Amino acid sequence: MNLRSIVWKELRERPTAMLTGLLAIFLGVAALVAIRHVTVFSEQEVAQQLSTLGANILILPKNATLQDYYSADLSEATLPESHASTILMASLPGVEKLSPKYCVPIDFAGKQTILTGILPQEEFEAKSAWQSVSMFSKTKHVGCAKAESCGPTDNSPESLASRRSIEKLDAHELVLGADVATKSNLKSGSSTVLFGEQFRIVAVLPSTGTVDDGRIFGHLHTIQRLAKTGEVVSAIEVLGCCEDAAGQLVPQLSALLPDAKVVTISQVVQTQVGVNRLMAKSSIFVLGVLVLVGGTSVASSTSSNVRERRREIGTLMALGATPGLVARLFLTKAAWLGLVGGVAGVGVGVLIAVVLGPQWAGVSISPLPYLSIGAVAAALVVALAAAFWPALRAARLDPCTCFQDA
Amino acid sequence: MFQLQDVTKIYSRRGRHVAALQCSTFEIPDGDYAAVVGPSGSGKTTLLSVLGGMLSPNSGKVLVDGASLYDQSIARRAELRRSLMGFVFQTFNLVPYLTALENVQVPLYLAGHSKKDQCERAAELLRRVGLGERLDHKPSELSTGQQQRVALARTLANDPKVILADEPTGNLDPDSRKVVLDFLDELNSEGRTIVMVTHDAAAAERAKRWLRLVDGSVTAAAVGKLQIAA
Repeated sequence: MNLRSIVWKELRERPTAMLTGLLAIFLGVAALVAIRHVTVFSEQEVAQQLSTLGANILILPKNATLQDYYSADLSEATLPESHASTILMASLPGVEKLSPKYCVPIDFAGKQTILTGILPQEEFEAKSAWQSVSMFSKTKHVGCAKAESCGPTDNSPESLASRRSIEKLDAHELVLGADVATKSNLKSGSSTVLFGEQFRIVAVLPSTGTVDDGRIFGHLHTIQRLAKTGEVVSAIEVLGCCEDAAGQLVPQLSALLPDAKVVTISQVVQTQVGVNRLMAKSSIFVLGVLVLVGGTSVASSTSSNVRERRREIGTLMALGATPGLVARLFLTKAAWLGLVGGVAGVGVGVLIAVVLGPQWAGVSISPLPYLSIGAVAAALVVALAAAFWPALRAARLDPCTCFQDA
Repeated sequence: MFQLQDVTKIYSRRGRHVAALQCSTFEIPDGDYAAVVGPSGSGKTTLLSVLGGMLSPNSGKVLVDGASLYDQSIARRAELRRSLMGFVFQTFNLVPYLTALENVQVPLYLAGHSKKDQCERAAELLRRVGLGERLDHKPSELSTGQQQRVALARTLANDPKVILADEPTGNLDPDSRKVVLDFLDELNSEGRTIVMVTHDAAAAERAKRWLRLVDGSVTAAAVGKLQIAA
């Protein structure tokens, strides 16, 4: 017999009495943890996109809708491929690379897949040489910091995943996204048939967690020919030398291509940033609900528990229990409620976030230990704070309540 | 054992003051068996509470083994109850969600005994009161007489020098009442002091002396037949 076993046996005897408090804490923590997990990962995703794609600009058809940078080229509307030459000819300072793309949905290995035509960089060099235009502007925009710190560049096909462009790709070569390769059981060096023509796989991209994992990349002109679309593209990705350059390039590109929509990555992620802000505010609201509803429920059920057990408390005091021990009896019970509600809430909250996060915010989520521990600690503190006054009242009860006449 | 010196306890309700207890000096010596009798509302339970260190008087002193009970801290008074006193209640006051064994373990836990000691001592006491076969029964699974015997075993857990009993036979059938009173006699014969509040003439007759309370005032009566006002 000890304090814990007394608390545990009383809880087991009357589980329904504290059910409201437990439920309130559980629901509050579950909602808080789910929202915070989604918010944190969504914010990380935005930050990562801004960091890796901060210098990039998308040129899209005017009526293209835009929610995700990586799937921006999936609309059916197109632009003339000649826009890429127009940009090239304009020699805008800060433009490092152009990556025109055309996308067409196909059925590949029994699965819906996006076949993306991409123009390799070496063809721009050939084209610029032919047109007597220097390959992109060698002059960085004024004050470009990135230009000074550029390291050696990776020209392997796999670098397409991160660099958004490819140096060299022959007419009958393909690069596969990670998911496509896994599902079709193809690897670098394998061959496959598309539209009745034989293609060689030259690389499999590393997994990116984006729509690119489900793409097959081929030469732009081959895809245009097979899809019989003529010289059109779905999007032109402009790789600026740095984020500042991107900002300065937008008005210049807009003026140059009035029939196109020119956007930067910060504009693309603006909606997600707004959603993140809303979710951050929601989590504060849910925390308030947890404190208010959970706290009130625990306080109310502890108060009623103290009222119901007046004679028992008096008896314990007559048997030699100190007021401190009586208070601990109720605080331990509240701590149990906080811990059980908190742990269960964290479990369910994390599960909700992991399962529904990709649908809510398009990000994959894994459990965050610091957040989970913080949520359990918050539930514990709320439960203890809520039970403090009732426990103090119990400790101050007149021990004479143990007598029949009292 | 106990010495009361000009003790008064006054309750105030809605501006009215009622003297629940007012007694000049009297003593309850070691090994005494005193029955506190008197009509309802005469202050019997107040006296028991004051003796048990649970109700601070408005004036006067309560001495236990020469030391002033209410000059000591709440924690020290709780310790004295744990080590020196045992309580028997009219409604037994067993903890409903604990078994007979666990109920007897409670004072042992409060006194800091190990779990093994608690179990051994509690089982031994329950066997002593004839409930060796009922260790795992909850109070609701026991008769009233059995419940009072569990309460008696709990009272004895820490081997108290004094037993304060509040109407210990009030809720019992004649057979159970006899068992409990025989048990109190036995405890007194072991040298324990017993102060028993009762309305029961037969129970009071077992005591060595009576303390009659009328309107909070104590008068000691000699051993012998006593008319107890209900």
